Parts: sequence; C-alpha cells; structure tokens
Amino acid sequence: MMDTLLDVEDLWVRFPSRQGVFDAVRGISFTLGRERLGIVGESGSGKSMTGRAILRLIRPPGIVEAKQISLGGVDLMQKTEKEMRAVRGQRISMVMQDPKFSLNPVMTIGDQIIEAYRQHNRASKTEAYAKALEMLEAVSIRDADRVMRAYPHEMSGGMGQRIMIAMMLIPNPEILIADEPTSALDVSVQRQVLDIMDKLVKDRGMGLIFISHDLNLVADFCDRVLIMYAGRIVEICEADKLNEAKHPYTRGLLNSLPRLDAPRDHLEVLKRDPAWAQAPSVSGRI
Amino acid sequence: MSMLDIDALNVWFGSGRDRVDAVRAATFSVAKGESFGLVGESGSGKSTILRAISGLAPHWSGQMVVEGTPLTKVRPKAFYKTVQMVFQDPYASLHPRHSVDQVLGETLHLHGFSDIDARVVKLLDDVGLGQKFRFRYPHQLSGGQRQRVAIARALAPEPELLLLDEPTSALDVSVQAEILNLLVDLRRDRGLTYVMVSHDLSVVGHMCERLAVMKDGAIVEIMGVETLRKMEAKHPYSQSLLAASV
Amino acid sequence: MADQTLRQWLLTDTPTSRRHAKLSAIYQGWLSFRSNTMAMIGLWILLALVGIAAFAPILSPHDPFVQDLGNRLAPLGTESHILGTDSLGRDILSRLIYGSRITLYIVALVALIAPVVGLLVGTVSGYVGGWVDVVLMRITDIFLAFPRLVLALAFVAALGAGIENAVLAISLTAWPPYARIARAETLTIRAADYISAIQLQGAGAMRIITRHIWPLCVSSLIVRVTLDMAGIILAAAGLGFLGLGAQPPSPEWGAMISEGRRFILDHWWVATMPGLAIFTVSLAFNLLGDGLRDVLDPKGGE
Repeated sequence: MMDTLLDVEDLWVRFPSRQGVFDAVRGISFTLGRERLGIVGESGSGKSMTGRAILRLIRPPGIVEAKQISLGGVDLMQKTEKEMRAVRGQRISMVMQDPKFSLNPVMTIGDQIIEAYRQHNRASKTEAYAKALEMLEAVSIRDADRVMRAYPHEMSGGMGQRIMIAMMLIPNPEILIADEPTSALDVSVQRQVLDIMDKLVKDRGMGLIFISHDLNLVADFCDRVLIMYAGRIVEICEADKLNEAKHPYTRGLLNSLPRLDAPRDHLEVLKRDPAWAQAPSVSGRI
Repeated sequence: MSMLDIDALNVWFGSGRDRVDAVRAATFSVAKGESFGLVGESGSGKSTILRAISGLAPHWSGQMVVEGTPLTKVRPKAFYKTVQMVFQDPYASLHPRHSVDQVLGETLHLHGFSDIDARVVKLLDDVGLGQKFRFRYPHQLSGGQRQRVAIARALAPEPELLLLDEPTSALDVSVQAEILNLLVDLRRDRGLTYVMVSHDLSVVGHMCERLAVMKDGAIVEIMGVETLRKMEAKHPYSQSLLAASV
Repeated sequence: MADQTLRQWLLTDTPTSRRHAKLSAIYQGWLSFRSNTMAMIGLWILLALVGIAAFAPILSPHDPFVQDLGNRLAPLGTESHILGTDSLGRDILSRLIYGSRITLYIVALVALIAPVVGLLVGTVSGYVGGWVDVVLMRITDIFLAFPRLVLALAFVAALGAGIENAVLAISLTAWPPYARIARAETLTIRAADYISAIQLQGAGAMRIITRHIWPLCVSSLIVRVTLDMAGIILAAAGLGFLGLGAQPPSPEWGAMISEGRRFILDHWWVATMPGLAIFTVSLAFNLLGDGLRDVLDPKGGE
C-alpha cells in the first residue's frame, strides 16, 4: 500500500481571452504516491499547465480551480501566496526543459547552488559549498570543483540539466515535477539524465511527475502513465502495459510513430474524434 | 546519373584562432530519386552540410556537384530552381507579416512564373491545405500547417533536389505522421531527391534508403536502411547511437 | 445586426482575400490598442491637438497678433481673456491655439525626416555588413556626437534663424538613434530562417531589405518616434526659448515661455500656460507610444 503524497481532484485551468474563455485543463483528478507518474500529451493537451497549476505558478488572468490539491493531507488551494513560497522548491520542486533558460546566466553555478541551499537551510558559506559539491557528485558530475566556478553557458545541455536536478533536490522535496526534462537533450545524454533522476527519486522515496510528449520514453521510464488530450485524461495505464492501451487516441499515437523494427509505407494518421474531448476525464485517483 | 556529389567538403566559421570546423572532409553521393539521410547529434555538422549545399554557408572548400554542375561561391539563379530547402522550425521559417498568399506569390514571382494565381491554388492543394488558408498570417496557422506552407514554398520553383532540415522535429507526433506521409507522397509523385537531416533514427529509417552517420563534423559511416533496421552498424559510434535510440 | 456581422467578418479566422486579411489584422490591432485606457487618452489629446490646429481661426477668440497695450498682463479669468494676456496685451489662449499649428508642423517634419533617414541607414548597414556597415555607423556616430543646440546655433549663424532651420537642426541630430535601432533589429532579423528562405529563392538585397526587413523594423521605430516626440517638442521649445526657432511675433510655445520669463514672479501665467500646453502634448505622445508598443511589439508575440 503506497502512501499518497499528492491528491489532485477536479482541477480546472482557464484563460479568459478576447474570444472567450479557453479551458486548458478540464476537470482532471489523480493521486501521486511514491512512484513515477508520467503525464503524456501533445501540445495543447494541458500537461504543462497541470504541472504549473500544482505549484500555483499560473498568474492572473489564468484561473485555477480544484476541489483540492492536497499535499500530505493539506490543501494547497487554501494557502496564501506567502505560504506557497514555503511549499515551492521546499516540498515540491520543478525541473524544466532547457537548463539554459532556468539557470541564471550571469552567476557561476557554484553561487547559484549555494544561494539555493542557503535559502532553505541556515548554513555558512563553507557548509553550503561542501553541500553543493556533495550534490554535484550525487548527479555524477566528476570535477565538481571546476563546475562550481563555471558559468551556465559553458555547460553542455546534459550537464546543465543534471545541475538543475541537483539544485532542485537540495531542499529535499517530497515531489519532483519534471516538465520535458530531456526534450532538449541528445539521445545519448537523455538516458544518463533519466538514470540519475531515477536513482535520486528512488533513494529519497520521492514522488515524480514526468511530463512529456514522448510516449515511448515515458512508458520506459515511469510506473504509471496518464494520457491527456484537450485538457482531459483519456486513459491511464501501467507503463509496461502501454501496448495494450485501449483508448483510440493512445492507440493512434502509438501507431503514428515510425518504427525501425516495423517498417511501413505510410504512417497511420490520427483521426481526431470530437467525442474524445467531450467525454469526462478518467480519474487517476487511487 | 548522380543528383548530388559531395567530395572532401570542409565548412568552417570564423577565422584564425576563432575558427570552428563544423564539417570535415565529408564525402557522399546521392542518386537521382533517392532519399538520403544525415544523422547525428547536435553539433555533428549535419545541418551545416545542408546550409553549405544551399549556399548559406560562406566558408567552404572541397567539391559539391549538383546534377553534373560543380557549385561555385555564388549560386546562379538556375540553382534555386533545382535545389530547395525546408527548414526545421515552422515558427521561424515564415515571415510573421506576410500571408501565405504573399509568401507563395513572391516565390513564384522571383522564379519568373506568370500564372501565379493558379499555381498558388495548386500548391496549396498539393500540400493538403485548402483554399481557406490562403490569406492567413503565420500566427493564424498551427505548426503542422506552417510546415506545409514551407513545403509548398520549397516546391513552388519545381525543384529536383529537396534539402530537409529536421522537418518534423518541432512538431507533435500526430502531426509528424501527416507531414512525413506528405513528403513520401510528394517524392513519389514528382520523382524528387531528398537529403534529410534528423536526429531521430526511426524517422530516418522510415524516410530514407541510405544514410550517413556524423560525429563532430565527420562522416563515420554510410549505410543502407536495412543495415540500420537490423542494427548491424559497423562503426562503434553508430552502434552506440542505435542502442540509445531504441 | 449589420454591425454584428461586420465585426465577425473582421475577426474571422479565415480571410477570403488580401484586403480582408489586411483589414482584419488592422482591426484586431485597433481592438488591442483600444483596451489600453492611457493610450486612448493620449490618442484623444493628440486628435484634439490636430482639431485645434485645423480649426484655429474658428476656435480662437482673438487675433493672436493684435496687441492691446492697455490690457497687458491681464490675469486668468479676465473678461474675454480666459488665460490672460501677455506682455504686449495679446490673448494667450489665442496664441496657444495658433501655436498648436507650429507645434504640429515641427512634429510632422521631424517625424518624416529623422526616422526615415535612420531606417534607411540602419537597415542597409545591418544587412549588407562589411565596410558599408563600418562607414555608415561611423557617420552615425559623428552626427550623434553633435549637441543639438550647438548644431542649431551653427545653422542659425549660417542660414539665419527660423522655424525651418530649427527643424532641420533637430532632425539632423535626431536620426542617429533610429539608425542604431534599425541596425540592431536588422542584425537579429537577418539571422532568421525566413530570410534564409527568401535568399534561397534568389531574392536580391533590395527586395529583402524593403519587403522583409522594413515591415518588421517599422513597429519599433514608430514606438520610438512617439516616445521621442516629447523630447523633440521640448527641443523646438528650447530653440524658441533661445530665440533660434520661430521668430516673434510667431506664437510658438517655446518663444512664449521665453517672453514670459521676465514676469514669472508676479504674472506667472504668461510662461506657465504655454508650459502646460507643451507638457500635455508631450505626455500624450508618451502615452500613445506606450500603447503602440504594446500593440506593435513584434517580440511580444503576434
């Protein structure tokens, strides 16, 4: 029996615009335990918005509504902005797609990690420095001393992403939300970064929400997969049973991918059924 | 006859101490009507080869021969009627202030066609966009639609060789399938030759007959698509690339 | 009912012709602009300025040049002289109204000369690069180094004082920043794929600069011009204040401030009224410029 870390119930995210109100996320529910949960969808499915909504990062005019978003039994929707600041980074952390845009380009990496550490812990500079070295080694960065003195633009994509993971895990959060963390990386580096994330999440007993457009990658890496379409969850499966997925959208996505081991003349084109967007969301709550 | 012959091509940026060699001694040939893939990771030089062929890279040495004619530093107008390119990012390859009609119309005008209206209509039909997209601006189009417009623009001068720079990597999976099918159909219907760059081996495996694997500016192996499918790559780098992709 | 369908027609997603597409784009830009209250205030003030200048003979209660030495320096609220009279008994309100024509004349001339020259120099410099870029930018630097008033003095010494020469002097020092902006934008745009794409169609530099680069630079230039208008009006006023701009008895606002300078302690309204007029118009241009930036900024998305 897995304890529930996060419980999301009936989450809606709306954006009013000149042409009316646009619903990015429409009434989705799911729980997250000490597991790796994948959220897969194409652009416009609402997957990134879900991640941001959990952290209450959506600013007006965006509207976030939910029956509850409970972290360890406490509803985050009831918290003030000030209280949320203690949650963000501290209890729920987020790693985003391109480390070039999430790391401060004018500070050395060492300074940034130390700053992040000292924000959440009372520590002297020397203590923080030692801790930072420890974190870098935990993400398999070998010459941590050199990296501490370097600037973000001197790092490759893979290293930058590992540094981000190190920084985001410093405050020992309970949940890590990773929004397309490997999409900007080369294939050979992807595996490395995923392995590190996997190890860290397992060692610390964290919950991981992995948001991606890459169905195969998510199936490979996660335990459970939620497939989103037009703001709703259309299907939930165990990752190893993805090939037995039943919903026509999931099947369509799987079949439209070119495969080296199954060559075809033409790829199957997904025919979108409007009924998919209208059907109610499948609940991912356990 | 061979459509494209590249021999000992070097492409570099900057000079002196700041010189970066993006492509080193690349050699390969593409037959007429063939679809040839260039794969590699970022920084391998695959996109740079396309830019060199199309005339967008200023510093190169070696030999590039298109349909028997060696390429010189300045491309003649006739070159652009033979060779065209589709760019990677559909959001950056269309001018934000020009409508689809203007984009296609200008291209046709520059190549000296007179029946521009009729051709614009036909091009839009050929790429699967209806007439209702004709006067839209890029921000009113989705990624897949923009890429179709980019393909229409590339087809407007009736070229023979199409250079495709990661044409679907910025698109959703379901849209990718549509665009790849479109490219397959166009090649079959018009007898085009493709040189396609991709980092995705399964896309290359689907679209191409032969491919070259690149690392750090050099071609490490050229293989047929069957070799790729059977995972029988010879060079260790190709093997590791294959292993990581599956 | 017909109103509703016109709006729908303009907001459509699928334009049916070139004209339709253009009108639709303009209308949507207008809607976006209209939602910005401050920008609309700026726009209204400027429209009022144009209206006042156009209908000056009708609106103005008195002839701006008629002197009435018996009624000098009348305070605000005097019968038939709401804003008082100046040191020669001329009605201040009438002089302000006619002065708006001169202000508009200055603004229009500078707005026509400076940004156009700047756009030309900047885009050619940015696109062609090489030694053309170096030469043009050094010329730009030379003009940028001239202090505005010193150049105006030089012009006046050479060609005589007058509003045209003042405008010319201001334009000559106003164009370099536009050239810099245009060049910076061109350098960014030049690297874009859509420029590569049109180069691959065999387009020449002329076509690329005029049809591809200019449309993208124009927005930031328009915004910069409106924001600079305040400074230009003040520069003209400054020249007028020094006696280098419009010559007496012309009711140019800067010259009016200069004349009223002597009476500022006891008869403050003679200098303050034209000062308020300059302030209002400058503020209006600033608000308009801000609003335009929100609508036209290409980086802010489409």
